[in-house]
Amino acid sequence: MLDDPRPEELLAAVARLLREEIGPQLTDAAAFHARVAANALDLVRRQIADEAAIDAAENARLAALLGTSGTTAGLNRLLAARLRAGAGEAEMPGLMDHLWETTLAKIAVDQPRYASIAPALAIRAARRRERKNA
Amino acid sequence: MDAPAMDVGVDPFPARMAALVGRIDPGASLANLGRLSGGASQETWAFDAVGPAGTRRLILRRAAPGAVPHPMAAGFAVEAAAIRAAGVQGVPCPHVRHELEPADGLGEGFVTDHVEGETLARRIQRDEAFAATRETMVASFGAILARIHRVPVAVLPPMRRSGVAAALEAIRESLDADPTPRPVFELALGWAARHAPPEPERLALVHGDFRLGNVITGPEGVRAVLDWELAHLGDPTEDLAWISLPPWRFGRIERPVAGLGSRADMFEAYARTGGASVDAARVHWWEVMGSLRWGLFCAEMLARFRGDDPSVERGMIVRRISESEIDLLAAIEGGIDAG
Repeated sequence: MLDDPRPEELLAAVARLLREEIGPQLTDAAAFHARVAANALDLVRRQIADEAAIDAAENARLAALLGTSGTTAGLNRLLAARLRAGAGEAEMPGLMDHLWETTLAKIAVDQPRYASIAPALAIRAARRRERKNA
Repeated sequence: MDAPAMDVGVDPFPARMAALVGRIDPGASLANLGRLSGGASQETWAFDAVGPAGTRRLILRRAAPGAVPHPMAAGFAVEAAAIRAAGVQGVPCPHVRHELEPADGLGEGFVTDHVEGETLARRIQRDEAFAATRETMVASFGAILARIHRVPVAVLPPMRRSGVAAALEAIRESLDADPTPRPVFELALGWAARHAPPEPERLALVHGDFRLGNVITGPEGVRAVLDWELAHLGDPTEDLAWISLPPWRFGRIERPVAGLGSRADMFEAYARTGGASVDAARVHWWEVMGSLRWGLFCAEMLARFRGDDPSVERGMIVRRISESEIDLLAAIEGGIDAG
């Protein structure tokens, strides 16, 4: 059995080192790259923690939406093809909910502080109410 | 006879730059040559021409040796022509000093005067030095775009023409070339195809990447519009929409134009400077197309990350695809945002 600290704890420590200790000692371009590197480590930490659950939930939603099972990549290929052929919410009820859930799960890993998230959630909630009432 | 030119150990670049300086400013010599940025496709160099009358600070942009240009790139000759033509209309632009010729031995590119000022979006948005400029900046963006769009097409060299249908085709090709299935992009492209506006009445000079980051700003206002790489003849509304894409608001999401102000203020200045009246639905359509273009651009960076540029920054750009995805869902489900 390997000893602690866990990988995610070490990643957090390195990100903190880059952001709080090394970054402030650097000049413009190098400080920018140190910040990007710290952000990348945080992304990796979130992905390690959440990827399995994100994939399982996405796979289950896709299977329900498309009425078939498969790998997440395979089901996404099928969904992309149906969308390309012109299918929408009418042909695939639950489509928009699925796309929102999938995108929100992705951005929670990629860029959880992206400023668009809050207004986007308000738009989603409004359309969702309309679809439910329709 | 000795053949020093064949000596592979000597980099001919500095000597050719020194000769170039003599050609630009007879009697001047090269100083402070330094690379500002470089990538697979092009390089930017800063240098000084030091002559008896004083020092001229200059910038060289040139094709990276052996580079294959991006299919949407205008090419250096077209860029230089667009900058000159925009300058005639009163668009603040860097003065083009010299276009590289075969005799320069430096490949393709051109030299402009250096323009002092700030390009970093977050500083322009937040620093005290730009507080007064920020009040008028959205209006000056409208005026600048009106001037770019009124450049007579007849003075421009042949260049990429891309209106509504061609833009849709370009997105389709880019999405087909992506090995990863992208349902949100398919949804958005389907929406865009169904909601496509008619082709514009006339194709105008479109900058193609007009946003913070590509303008040099001083405390008194915009000093120069840079990065004309994506210039083409197209729908002028494309430029009016691109600057309001959420990623170009740099965190100030509640202020659509560059995180600084409202669309209405920009459109008003655009009309006042002679631009056509703006159709909000057409702007919204180009915002969807812009998010698709930016998202697919990020996706294309995966090949670069796994190829010539394995930098953290390059890899992290690819992970911004989900930003475009959430922006597309919000734009399609939210409808026209006239703020």
